Parts: sequence; structure tokens; C-alpha cells
Amino acid sequence: MIIETVKDKLRDLFPAAAEPAVTEHQAEKPETAEAEIGVFDCSYAKRGYHLDVRLAPDQLLSAVGILFDHGFFIESITGVDWIKDGQLEAVYDFCRYDFDLCRIVVRTRTPRANPILPTITGIYSGASWHERETHDFFGIVFEGHPHLIPLLLPEDADFHPLLKDFKA
Amino acid sequence: MSEPIVLQPDETFILNVGPQHPATHGVLRVKMTMDGEFIYNAETVIGYIHRMHEKMAENRTYAQYMPNLSRLDYLSAMAYCHGYVLAVEKAASIEVPERAEYIRAITVEMNRISSHLVWFGAFVMDLGGFSPLMYAFDDREQILDLLEAVTGSRLTYCYFRFGGLYNDVDDDFIEGTRRFIKRMRKSLKMYHKLVTTNVILMKRLIGIGPVSVDLCQRYGATGPVARGSGINYDVRRNEPYSVYPEFDFDIPVYNEGDSFARYKVRMEEMEQSLRIIEQGLDKLPDGPVNPEKKPKTIKLPAGDYYTAVEAGRGSFGIRIVSDGDKSPYRLKLRSPTYSNMHLFDEACRGMLIADALAFMGSLDLVIPEMDR
Repeated sequence: MIIETVKDKLRDLFPAAAEPAVTEHQAEKPETAEAEIGVFDCSYAKRGYHLDVRLAPDQLLSAVGILFDHGFFIESITGVDWIKDGQLEAVYDFCRYDFDLCRIVVRTRTPRANPILPTITGIYSGASWHERETHDFFGIVFEGHPHLIPLLLPEDADFHPLLKDFKA
Repeated sequence: MSEPIVLQPDETFILNVGPQHPATHGVLRVKMTMDGEFIYNAETVIGYIHRMHEKMAENRTYAQYMPNLSRLDYLSAMAYCHGYVLAVEKAASIEVPERAEYIRAITVEMNRISSHLVWFGAFVMDLGGFSPLMYAFDDREQILDLLEAVTGSRLTYCYFRFGGLYNDVDDDFIEGTRRFIKRMRKSLKMYHKLVTTNVILMKRLIGIGPVSVDLCQRYGATGPVARGSGINYDVRRNEPYSVYPEFDFDIPVYNEGDSFARYKVRMEEMEQSLRIIEQGLDKLPDGPVNPEKKPKTIKLPAGDYYTAVEAGRGSFGIRIVSDGDKSPYRLKLRSPTYSNMHLFDEACRGMLIADALAFMGSLDLVIPEMDR
């Protein structure tokens, strides 16, 4: 099963986090709670994905690299504005083409005041549009992106409509 | 064999294809750096009809957002509505009567055929053959009439409800659909005879626009684009949802990765959809199409949910982040054409411009879905 292999590889990124996997960790806690770090099992029937990987921005590239090496394709990248925590979350969805079904969500958070994340376009070329879109909507700056100009918004847009404090 | 193309970066010029161009089938612009007839580099510019559907979701209740879904991909709108109702039903734990799920599958597959028929007609028209479009639209009209009678709309359906359907199908629909299946099987034979085996079409498509497995993985291509490159990936099979496990159907896969492979995948998918519809009509159970009781206002438990369905153009995903309120905290629409089109920039390098437009047609673009 690919999920076991990937889980072990991803857990290696968290040397300190040797705690056992918490199943359905989100069900009891509200979503806005302080983001914890680690690899979590999720109920596929309820959530629609198997693994929830929450990591710090500097671990992002190595985690995404592991997923690429194991044949995952990129579904999408998006953001969520957690205005109460003062943080922006970037959410990366990955899936596989074969019948060893495994959906993985990678999330990382960055401060709202100065949102900077590394780009993954070096690994997945298709991340380019997704990152530009996330930059349009949330203002997250993807460092190292070769062409970070507005994609869906007008070329002179200086607003980020999906931020919760955006006023039209 | 001709000489390999040596591109000269200092002798290039910029060619603008679009935003208004018949071959782009919508408002899409491709900025091409040309070396004579050959594409040196291409940059796709999208967003001309961006409507910010995701922000609209945050200002509406779950039920109010339903009509938005059919305005993404106006050719296979039913599958998008299906994905949305499945997502909300899964999160809110709403039971769906079996009859409703069967009718959903039948209408989604009919819509898939009508979408592929538009693609077929428009694609062959791009390549210079006009009359197949007329035949395809004639067949499509039968589907639209059938769906209009049940759903009340011809393109932008809002037929599904959380837990069920807007209304039940009647005997006219079932008989009409059976008649249509017969008619469509005959038409498909004719299309294969007239178009698929046409030597001009073959010369325009075979070996043109190769898309490798690696390219698909890096860009996240799904649907017929991936299946034309030897990737056996169809959400209906890989991640069974609704009543699809009950049906016996094949997933057409071709290994060549060229435009002709994608053409053949879609043509065969229409046959498979006919099989699904036929089985669905045979197995259609009796019973209600709406659950006996369901909550008046839908509120999802706080959390983050992802649901994917196979739309006409590939895997359509919905991510709903809920904070327990009656409208979503964040709703993300993952549209398949967005990823499928993105690989065009890389794949069309070194191609003749006429071939690139054939390649673009084989990707089956629907711009409103890409721009959202």
C-alpha cells in the first residue's frame, strides 16, 4: 500500500513528532484551533482524503518532493484565510492515477501580514497557474515563482478578493 | 523524414491568438512566439470571463449556491451539480434514495454525451469539416429536449437537490431515452464511418500533440487527456461514487498520447455512457426521489471536505471548508480544463501553428469553467 510507504517517508520529516497518529483529530476540535504540525490519518469516507499533512513552510519542498517521487499528481493549490489566527493557509491536493487510491492534503500556514511561501513549480510545473491564482486571491507570495503576475484577475489588480477583510 | 527543426530565438515574432478567435471556442488568448510557422514559445492568458464563483459561495447558503455550479462548464453542467450535491450530502450525512441516485447517473451520462457531441462537432469543424457539426447538434438536440422536459432547462441545469431531485422522471422520458439510445448507436456508427476513418482527419491528428505520462503528472491532467496518454484514471472507477459501482462499463484508454488517441477516447466514452444509461433504465428502482425528512437549512459540521467526480473533461473537485455556519467558510472549485489547458504551453513548443490549433481542440476546452 502506497499510503504506508508515503506516511513513513513523510513522518521522517518530523523528527520530534514521534507521537502516534491521531485519527479524526479534526472532528472534535474546531477548525480554527492553533495549527498543529504532523502527519494525520483521516477518515476517507467522511473527509474525502486519507492523509492530512500539516507542516512548516520550510518542510514544504521536501514533502512535495516525496509525493512527486511516489507518482502523485497535483490536483490543486488553494488558500484559506484564517483571519482570527492572523494566518493564511495554503492547501495542496495530491492524488494518484492508479487504483491504489490515496488522496493527500498538504497544508502550511504563513503569517497574514507577510505571507511568503516557497514555490513548488520546480517540482510540479503545473503548480504555476495554481500559485498565481492563490497569489491573486490571497496575496501569498510564492518565492522563486518564475512568473508571478495576475492570472484570473485583471493585470493591474492590487486587491485580494478572497481575504476575509476584503471590501468590494 | 524531414530535417529536425532548429529554432532561432533572435528571428522570432509574437503572434496573438485570441481573445476572440474561432479556434479557441471562447475568450482565451495565447501569446505565441513564432519562428516562421513554428511555435517557439507560448503563453496562455486566461481570466477574461472570471466571475469569482468561489467568493460568491461565501456570501450564499449552500442551497443558494446550487445554480452557480451549472454556470462553470455549460456543456456538461450536470456532473458539476452532481459533485456539489455529493459533497454537501457527504458532509451533512444526508441519505439519498436509490431511485434519485440512478436518475442522477442517467442524466449525468446523457449530459456527458451531449457535451462530447459538441466537442466532436466543433473539433471536426476546426479541422475543416463542417457537416459533422450539423449531425452532432441534431443528436444533441434530442438529449437537450429530453433533459429540458425533466429538469426545466436546456443547459444550466439546477435539477439536483440535497438528498434528491427537483422532480421525478416520467414514462415519456424513459421511452424517449430508450429511443435516443437506439438512434445514437446508429449515429456513432455513421460518425466512425464518415469521420474517424477519414484519411484527412487521421493525417491531421495522428502523432500530433503528444502528451506524455510525465507531463500529465506534473500538470495534473485528468479525463480524456490523461486517458489518451495511457493513464487508466477515471474517478467513476478509481474512486467509485453514487451508483456507478452497479454498472458494467469500460474505461477507454489509448497509449499513443496524440490528438487522435484523445479523439478515440471521447468517441468510445459516448458508447460507454450509452451502456450506463441503458443499464440505469433497466435497473431503475421504484420509490421516492427525495428523502422523507431532511434539514430545512443545511449546516455542515466544522471541518474540511473534499469530493471529486468525473465531469465531461476530467476530475472535478470541490473542497468545502466549513465553520459550522449556513454558508461555506471557503469553497474551492478544482476544474479539470484548468489543468488540462496548462500543459498546452509546454507541449506545443516546436509545433506548427496549424497543428497546435488541432491539439488545442483535442484538449476540449470550455473557457468559463477554466476562468470560474
